[in-house]
Amino acid sequence: MDPTTSASQLLQYAITGLTVGSIYAMVAIGFNAIYNVTEAINFAQGEFVMLGGLVMVFFHITLKLPAVASFPLTILVVTITGILLDRLVIRPLSKPTVLNMVIATIGASFFIRGAAMMIWGKNPFDLPPFSGRDPIMFLGAAIQPQGLWVIGFLLVVVIALTLFFDRTIMGKALRACAVNVSAARLVGINVKYMVLASFALSAAIGALGGIVITPISLMEYDRGPMLAVKGFSACVLGGMGSFPGAIVGGLMIGLIESLVAGLISSGYKDVFALSVLLVVLFAKPSGLFGSIAVSKIKKF
Amino acid sequence: MANGHKKNHTKTSRRTAARRADTLQVVAFGIGVFVFPLVARRISVLEHYLDIMVFVGIYALVAMGLCLLMGYAGQISLGHASFFGLGAYISGVMTSKFGLNPWCCMVLGGMVCAVVALVIGGPSLKLCGHYLAMATLAFCIIVTVIFNESIVWTGGPDGLAFIPGLSVFGKPLESVASYYYLVWCAVLLVFVLCLNVIRSPVGLALRSIHDSETAAGAVGVNVAKVKITAFVFSAVIASVAGSLYAHYLNFINPAGFDLFVSIKLVIMIILGGLYSLWGAIVGAGLITFLGYEWLHLFEDAEVMVYGAIILVIVIFLPDGLVSLPGRIIRRKRIP
Amino acid sequence: MKKRWGVEKAAALLAVSVAWIAFVLTPAAEVCAAQPYKVGAVFSVSGRASFLGDPEKKTVLMLQEQINKQGGINGHPLEVVIYDDEGDSTKCALAVRKLIMQDKVCAIVGPSLSGLSLAVLPEAQKHKVPMVSCAASYKIVTKNPETGEQWKWIFKTPQSDSMAVEAIYTHMKKHGISKIAILSVTTGFGASGRGELLRLAPKYGITVVADEKYGPKDTDMTAQLTKIKGHAPQAIVNWSIGPTQVVVLRNWKALGMNNIPMYQSHGFGSGENIKLAAGAAEGVYCPLGACVVADALPADHPQKKVATAYAAAYKAKYGTPISTFGGHAWDAFSLVVKALDAVGCDCTRIRDTLENIKGFVGQHGVFNFSPKDHNGLTMKDAFQMMVVKNGCWKVTQ
Repeated sequence: MDPTTSASQLLQYAITGLTVGSIYAMVAIGFNAIYNVTEAINFAQGEFVMLGGLVMVFFHITLKLPAVASFPLTILVVTITGILLDRLVIRPLSKPTVLNMVIATIGASFFIRGAAMMIWGKNPFDLPPFSGRDPIMFLGAAIQPQGLWVIGFLLVVVIALTLFFDRTIMGKALRACAVNVSAARLVGINVKYMVLASFALSAAIGALGGIVITPISLMEYDRGPMLAVKGFSACVLGGMGSFPGAIVGGLMIGLIESLVAGLISSGYKDVFALSVLLVVLFAKPSGLFGSIAVSKIKKF
Repeated sequence: MANGHKKNHTKTSRRTAARRADTLQVVAFGIGVFVFPLVARRISVLEHYLDIMVFVGIYALVAMGLCLLMGYAGQISLGHASFFGLGAYISGVMTSKFGLNPWCCMVLGGMVCAVVALVIGGPSLKLCGHYLAMATLAFCIIVTVIFNESIVWTGGPDGLAFIPGLSVFGKPLESVASYYYLVWCAVLLVFVLCLNVIRSPVGLALRSIHDSETAAGAVGVNVAKVKITAFVFSAVIASVAGSLYAHYLNFINPAGFDLFVSIKLVIMIILGGLYSLWGAIVGAGLITFLGYEWLHLFEDAEVMVYGAIILVIVIFLPDGLVSLPGRIIRRKRIP
Repeated sequence: MKKRWGVEKAAALLAVSVAWIAFVLTPAAEVCAAQPYKVGAVFSVSGRASFLGDPEKKTVLMLQEQINKQGGINGHPLEVVIYDDEGDSTKCALAVRKLIMQDKVCAIVGPSLSGLSLAVLPEAQKHKVPMVSCAASYKIVTKNPETGEQWKWIFKTPQSDSMAVEAIYTHMKKHGISKIAILSVTTGFGASGRGELLRLAPKYGITVVADEKYGPKDTDMTAQLTKIKGHAPQAIVNWSIGPTQVVVLRNWKALGMNNIPMYQSHGFGSGENIKLAAGAAEGVYCPLGACVVADALPADHPQKKVATAYAAAYKAKYGTPISTFGGHAWDAFSLVVKALDAVGCDCTRIRDTLENIKGFVGQHGVFNFSPKDHNGLTMKDAFQMMVVKNGCWKVTQ
């Protein structure tokens, strides 16, 4: 092993990987929420993250509202965008095949990106971190406080969603749709309403991701596609539709990228992450946590 | 995505009718290809369109192969920009660094792509739906990184310049018009080839896989073999298109073959019409002209308008642009 | 397959729509009093390299307005046709061909990117139209690196990346630094800088102990920096543009690495970046062209006047500070205007004039062109070594 690689460095790579991975996981959860109900991939998911960051900039920096007020306002605005996406793009589709839905979300992502460029311009924007920029030293590794916030918010999302899916009628209805849409319709679940809810939910999660990552990485109008691709990889790695799969997939991709960049080659870090993904898929065609039986029911 | 449209004709009459329609299509297509430059030359605004039409032709080639794979066999691929790029880079590197004959490079590129497609297609095509999309997407990203990182060969992100052009019988193809005819002859050729594949038993097997792999297997279709044949076929066409691209532009860079190009190719065939070869050509034309010419009118709103156009087509013409004339006719008949 | 629709009808419809589009796009018949001078420009206004093309386009539009307000060039109004290549080689080639064939411009400014300039250069050579590129690579003007022969019709205004690297290395040598780490972004900008850094290092007796990369949209570079930290270099050079160069600085500070000096490329030249770094830019070294640091220049600096005037006019018109890249377009466009003023709208004579311009005071130095040098800059006056002190640029030696 390289003599310059010490335990504290490994720890540093792991923490960085987990921070970035948390964002991928949030995007992947958003993908899953919509996939479970519609079987389509929402390529505008990355745009929700981008909007989360930039709308927060608008409320917090431009309008100078306190963070406590701009935070829920941002989530609200992006959630409404998600709802509009369903009402104006997905529902009017006269032939809602999976491919048509995917292309529609790609079209929508272009539209949102273009609109964001008109509103905010092309320059990156910054947000102040939630609790200062002074790193916390831990066993020789420097931890950015904002990184802890990112991981913390992922935990919050996980707990909140678990409660939501287990304890609320709507959550249970969404789960029913995930298992079998036609059967859910038969037992009286309003699937159209569930599609709407899934878009709202994934927009809200995306917005949250955008708000927490902007203080680390800045945000500009065309950040979305990259995040969407990473989130999609995470989602597939974990198994489409699987909630724990999305989290494990996201964290794994983040960790692999960071460790490969640190230990092997930073130029080829994406190649390594994607190779792992391919190996997993070839060995287990439905991802780590996906079940083949469930994917057989899906039309796509 | 069941596709259960059956006609109530007898078998033979249906076949002759289809043949006649095919011939008509090819003849109409050939005349259109031949006439366009003659018209464009006379109208100053259209003069520039000939140049764009060369790229339409190149993208149409890739799109037609992809149409066979996605529309007929139902296998999604987000990796075709890589085959397009592999063809272009093999041509570019071999001609500019080793001075090989461009035509040989084109053949070489096609062979390499066939092998690559076989190797990655084998395990990938066992996947379905989004998993297949992701696997091909991963392949595409990996290839782009390799183009970017092997700077000694490919020139890295800055690209590879001064790629020699093509020549026919020792005569270099210098004018735009001559290249236009070359590319569109290739399109016509591939069009006829694809039509023949579709009408052959292989085409029937492809469609049966699209509808249900299990059912296709049950009636004796070798599902894995048919899928991989379609994959390799489309990869080779994409590679040849890539070579044509490299020799026409005389320059290539990784950005011309990244995953956004893959997505663009899929958008082309879906907006054009997934279940028809014409759809691939019309889609290639629409997206190429939008991107390279028409959208400039909107300046800063360009990206927004592009998104809006995609949305309008996919919402109101779910079967693609090729379904538009049929719809108009139907509406006229039933007032 | 679905029901077949009539091919003839489809073809007719297509023909009609094409004709309609052609009709719509036909410009109204032009009525020209004094023949306008037509100059073409191709910039990456949007897309992956919009940080280059956006200020370049704005600069050219501003200059055009200024010139036409003063009655044009010798009474001829100046018309600029600007196309956006979006960083796409195909679009760039189409745009250049359109400028030459259809718009019949007498000179072309741009493109913004080195790769794209190389891509379209044969086109300008073939049609004998002078092209003044706004991209940095020395390959754009040098036809033969061994003899130093220049492409006849091609010029460029930005300093070569090698000049920025030499400025950095000279500064390092003066401060006894010989062991460095390189960080670069995997775009054309980063790859070109990295190439020059590696190429020139032996010449200055510098060893590169780490050579790390990151993607243009990466969110965090802590891993790369941690690895660099392990190699204990005496300085780090970061070559990137856009948000990543700011994120690198933040990670660098968070990791407590600010005892290792950080050098940024000339792409860092915008006050906005210092602000975005939120204190992390303190002590960063950076080679910059005169225009972005006009205020910090001594009053007797030859470029002080043009640089402050440009910065003020740009700020007044667009409300944003200028960037390094807008300055390249200022130089390129002003040179073309100077040639137009001297010889009128004639490709060959513009080229001949450009080749012999001497002592032209631009935003990025004093240009002295010759048949052997189509860039016209020397390292000495091309870059100022700057350091960030209290959130402002300071000249350093």
